[in-house]
Amino acid sequence: MLQRALIFSSSNPICSQLSTTAPPDNTVFPKRNGGWIIPFSSYQLPAFPSDSAANRPNMASQDEQDPRISNISSAIRVIPDFPKPGIIFQDITTLLLDTKAFRDTIDLFVERYRGKDISVVAGIEARGFIFGPPIALAIGAKFVPMRKPNKLPGEVLSEEYSLEYGKDTMEMHVDAVKAGERALIIDDLVATGGTLSAAISLLERVGVHVVECACVIELPELKGRERLGGKPLFVLVSST
Amino acid sequence: MSAYRDKDPRIHGIQSKIRVVPNFPKPGIMFQDITTLLLDPKAFKDTVDLFVERYKGKNISVVAGIEARGFIFGTPIALEIGAKFVPLRKPNKLPGKVILEEYELEYGRDCLEMHLGAVEPGERALVVDDLIATGGTLCAAMKLLERVGAEVVECACVIELPDLKGRERLNGKPLYVLLESY
Repeated sequence: MLQRALIFSSSNPICSQLSTTAPPDNTVFPKRNGGWIIPFSSYQLPAFPSDSAANRPNMASQDEQDPRISNISSAIRVIPDFPKPGIIFQDITTLLLDTKAFRDTIDLFVERYRGKDISVVAGIEARGFIFGPPIALAIGAKFVPMRKPNKLPGEVLSEEYSLEYGKDTMEMHVDAVKAGERALIIDDLVATGGTLSAAISLLERVGVHVVECACVIELPELKGRERLGGKPLFVLVSST
Repeated sequence: MSAYRDKDPRIHGIQSKIRVVPNFPKPGIMFQDITTLLLDPKAFKDTVDLFVERYKGKNISVVAGIEARGFIFGTPIALEIGAKFVPLRKPNKLPGKVILEEYELEYGRDCLEMHLGAVEPGERALVVDDLIATGGTLCAAMKLLERVGAEVVECACVIELPDLKGRERLNGKPLYVLLESY
């Protein structure tokens, strides 16, 4: 079906970011400390007239952005100089305090992935454990936690990956997945793409087909999208 | 209270999906592995449903989940009952202003943190984790919530290890579990 082909096309996504000349509205809770988030246009979501009427009844925006995105974006708190000076940290915990925005976040992923024969949702410790399980439950997939070393009690596969300084290791239970299964990887945010890349490797090493990586937030300047071995990436919000 | 004792028909399926791994993380410990439960969509859904049925419509506005396995069960519960989800985390993970509560381990101490402002006085809260052993972590979690004026309505876990008497360490707060493991 044409609609599905558009969703999963990974080549040269059209990037029409919604730009504004002023920062978006202040959050009600909490106040943001500088910085602002450009809502990412929902080009990846199907934008067919029949869907538009049902899913986006009130908002007609130039870029066909889903109306839920703006509240999700404004519910994310930006904290400067965490964990160290110069880093602008994207705090999703405030999103989790807004029951409607949290619900909408999950719904946007579920609407995209339901009925696509995805049997595995892999969530990266620890914030991937917040978004992954509700998505898995809603689409009828299993949830597979991808963890830091020595947390998983059974037989594991390990994958090393680079940090800014040094290395880290990600582990997965070997018998959690079977060759041929179709999987999503979920995390709250993609920065350099190193963590997602390690998760893709772990799943592919046992013959799983990674259909897409899905995050709430992307930091496009860090070019994580290019580090996914050609795997598609879907995000709700882009922050520069 | 436990669903096991209530003999809900879904319990048997949930129990059969939990894997016991001997000698992890060290010799003599029988580790209750819930990851195998998460691989069975029906059993995982039944697990969440049992909690949701108990807590929906009880005016609970906060579900606090203990890092990291409490996140897995806490978030679906929060979403279904319309409560906010508040992660209780190991030190230095939460980026905003936090309060912290220290607690005892078998050897040494650890610390749990919560964002200030996440929970308001008078809110009714649940604390969720995958398992209760000695009750130390749950106790620290309850203290964090009470310090900001929330009312902890109940602690909820998938599994209890009754021999470790964690239930007695909750200062009289009720504990609800689905399964007991001896």
